[in-house]
Amino acid sequence: MNPNRELSHHTLVALVENRAGVLARVTDLIARRGYNIISLAVAPTNDDSLSRITIVVDVEKAPLEQIVKQLFKLINVIEIAELAPADAITRELVLATVEFTPENAAALDDVLARAAGHVLVQERTETSLTVSAGGSSAQIDALGAALSVFSVVHFQRTGQVALPKLGQSVPIMRAR
Amino acid sequence: MTAPERLNGAEALIKSLEMEGVEVVFGYPGGAILPVYDPLLDGKLRHVLVRHEQGAGHMAEGYAHATGRPGVCIVTSGPAATNIVTPLADAMLDSVPMVCITGQVSLGAIGTDAFQECDTTGITRSITKHNYLVTRAQDIPGVVREAFHIATTGRPGPVLIDIPKDLVDANNPDSYFDFDWPEVPELPGYRPVLTPRDDVVTEAVDLMLAARRPVLYVGGGVLKARGANVVLELAEMLGIPVVTTLMARGAFPDDHELCLGMPGMHGQFTAITAIQECDLLVAMGSRFDDRVTGKVATFAPDAKVIHVDIDPAEHGKVRLPQVAVAGDCRIVMELMVEEIKQRGPEAQADIAPWRQKVSGWQEKYPLTYKQSAPGEGLKPQYVVERLRDLSPADTIVCSGVGQHQMFASQYWKFNYPYTWINSGGLGTMGFAVPAAVGAKVGMPDRTVWAIDGDGCFQMTAQELITASIERIPIKVAIMNNGNLGMVRQWQQLFYDERYSEVELGQDLPNYVQWAQSMGCVAFRVEETSEVDEIIERANAINDRPVVVEFRLVEEENVYPMVSAGASNSDVIVDPSQQAALEAERAAKATDQSSDGFPTSIADTHQNASS
Repeated sequence: MNPNRELSHHTLVALVENRAGVLARVTDLIARRGYNIISLAVAPTNDDSLSRITIVVDVEKAPLEQIVKQLFKLINVIEIAELAPADAITRELVLATVEFTPENAAALDDVLARAAGHVLVQERTETSLTVSAGGSSAQIDALGAALSVFSVVHFQRTGQVALPKLGQSVPIMRAR
Repeated sequence: MTAPERLNGAEALIKSLEMEGVEVVFGYPGGAILPVYDPLLDGKLRHVLVRHEQGAGHMAEGYAHATGRPGVCIVTSGPAATNIVTPLADAMLDSVPMVCITGQVSLGAIGTDAFQECDTTGITRSITKHNYLVTRAQDIPGVVREAFHIATTGRPGPVLIDIPKDLVDANNPDSYFDFDWPEVPELPGYRPVLTPRDDVVTEAVDLMLAARRPVLYVGGGVLKARGANVVLELAEMLGIPVVTTLMARGAFPDDHELCLGMPGMHGQFTAITAIQECDLLVAMGSRFDDRVTGKVATFAPDAKVIHVDIDPAEHGKVRLPQVAVAGDCRIVMELMVEEIKQRGPEAQADIAPWRQKVSGWQEKYPLTYKQSAPGEGLKPQYVVERLRDLSPADTIVCSGVGQHQMFASQYWKFNYPYTWINSGGLGTMGFAVPAAVGAKVGMPDRTVWAIDGDGCFQMTAQELITASIERIPIKVAIMNNGNLGMVRQWQQLFYDERYSEVELGQDLPNYVQWAQSMGCVAFRVEETSEVDEIIERANAINDRPVVVEFRLVEEENVYPMVSAGASNSDVIVDPSQQAALEAERAAKATDQSSDGFPTSIADTHQNASS
């Protein structure tokens, strides 16, 4: 994992109308500039006429400001903000299926025990198990690294979601 | 209270357009849009049947440019939708209010590769301000209302409505509903800011009053805001020199003593140089297009920037402004005028020396060209001058893209707003003829000249058939130099005169015969001595379209010129003036100018590094 990832990775959070095609409008705008989306999470809010989109993009600060303004111009985007890592609570979920042998089962249990705070075993057979884990992206990265010595069959991350920390005054562009 | 009308989707669409005040639509029928064309027969809308869907789109644009009202076009699905992609992109880049209705295959057939199916909303997503795929007939009135609202407010632009055939099919019982014309909807994510914050206006006025070398850089946003009269008031109040961009020609009268003309790649020397040397650049509805700025790093190097734009995404997109004003140009300028009045004339710094310097450039480096000798072919500049002088002052001029466009912009005198219609952002060859048709439909009492290139003309000439049959008497000047002139100019200057695929030939097609076959009166002019007479005859015809082919010299370059990627300070002027300019630059480079102004960024850099 690139230790400098947070320097160029930025998190955008957008509140959008929950309608057909809105996600495509948002991702198109990023894609046409050739920027890669690192992760994307989208789901309705508690008000199901609205959705919240969290996008982690690999873009320097300056072009990102322009992207944020362009995204805000989309008719269906109601508000949008860029969250600096220090200003945000971020969480991600992963489901991982790992195969093990009688020889390394204990070592795997040891890894899971050390991560007990955020890892839950969802399913287990004689030779494999599926765990879920929730945490910061760094914690998920660490879990991935720890599991990589075993045979990882699936490692399915949800992508990061984020909200501003309480009391943080994050500049939010909002249709008045 | 009358009982609600029970309409089907097609009838509701036509009725909605009528409710929006639409008087004319430009269109072309076909499979998926067929059901809409039936109730069209019974309604009040005028339909102009084009010969290619691209024509419908540019006509809608020309209509919108000339009238300020949204242009409307209706075409079918698939290839018709892809044919109208170019006008949509054009309208997007030039912020033209336009509503485009496309037919779509029936809802159930979408995604099955049905006949004439394409993903219209997907294809047009990035070239429309917004687009819709309607999925229920009863949504049609609301979507139409929203579409017109979005197209015409804030920064205007094109909006597309894609309507599946079954929603407008009179044989489909599900397409009927009780018609209800809704209020303009509240859109939670769309609330354009028209009125700026007071404090930024004050900040801007502070800079404007303190500036010693200000320039007002007027862009198309002023026209979109219907702000021409206010820009005149503001400029006169401050005595501030004004440049009008390609999209803003006519927003400020060319004959006004404060008008420096067009800036940019083929702008006037004074307009370009005044920007380079100003200490304050007031950008009013302009967007720092690369054709204006040249090399951005050396653009207006000493200037503080005030950037007024209704679209906040323009602020800092190219150049970081000292003061960013988000708002409608007209409203912002009205507030500025008010505030400047309150502060009184003594609040402004003395800009007389600056005005004098600017006038000096105007005298020294006016637009100029060398008249051709008899038998050589006509000079395009001369043709534009004669068209200008022999046509009514409020003539609407449309142009294509290339050398003729630049000559038209340079040599016409635009003294009224909405008299210049061209494709500035997208640079769409073939724009002129259909745009002129649209403009004439919107402004039937005005003379409309399309000044077109021979290459451009061949792209959309078929719309002259539309003009003849629909009795839309436009006039077309074909500037026939037998070449893709602008490309040829670049190959001459930057590709070592290696001419690659730029020669069209002057003799094929036979433009006069072609125009006549399309129902036009047609003339060919070969000699300078014939120019006036033929233009007068063309201007006297008002019952059918006229085409005048002007046989030009094959080689004529547009000057001034800033080479691609070069600094505006290195602008090249007409060959007859270039030696004097270079001598002046050399003298200034060795001897710091006595009035204390560095003459150009190049000089400043040299001095700084020596």
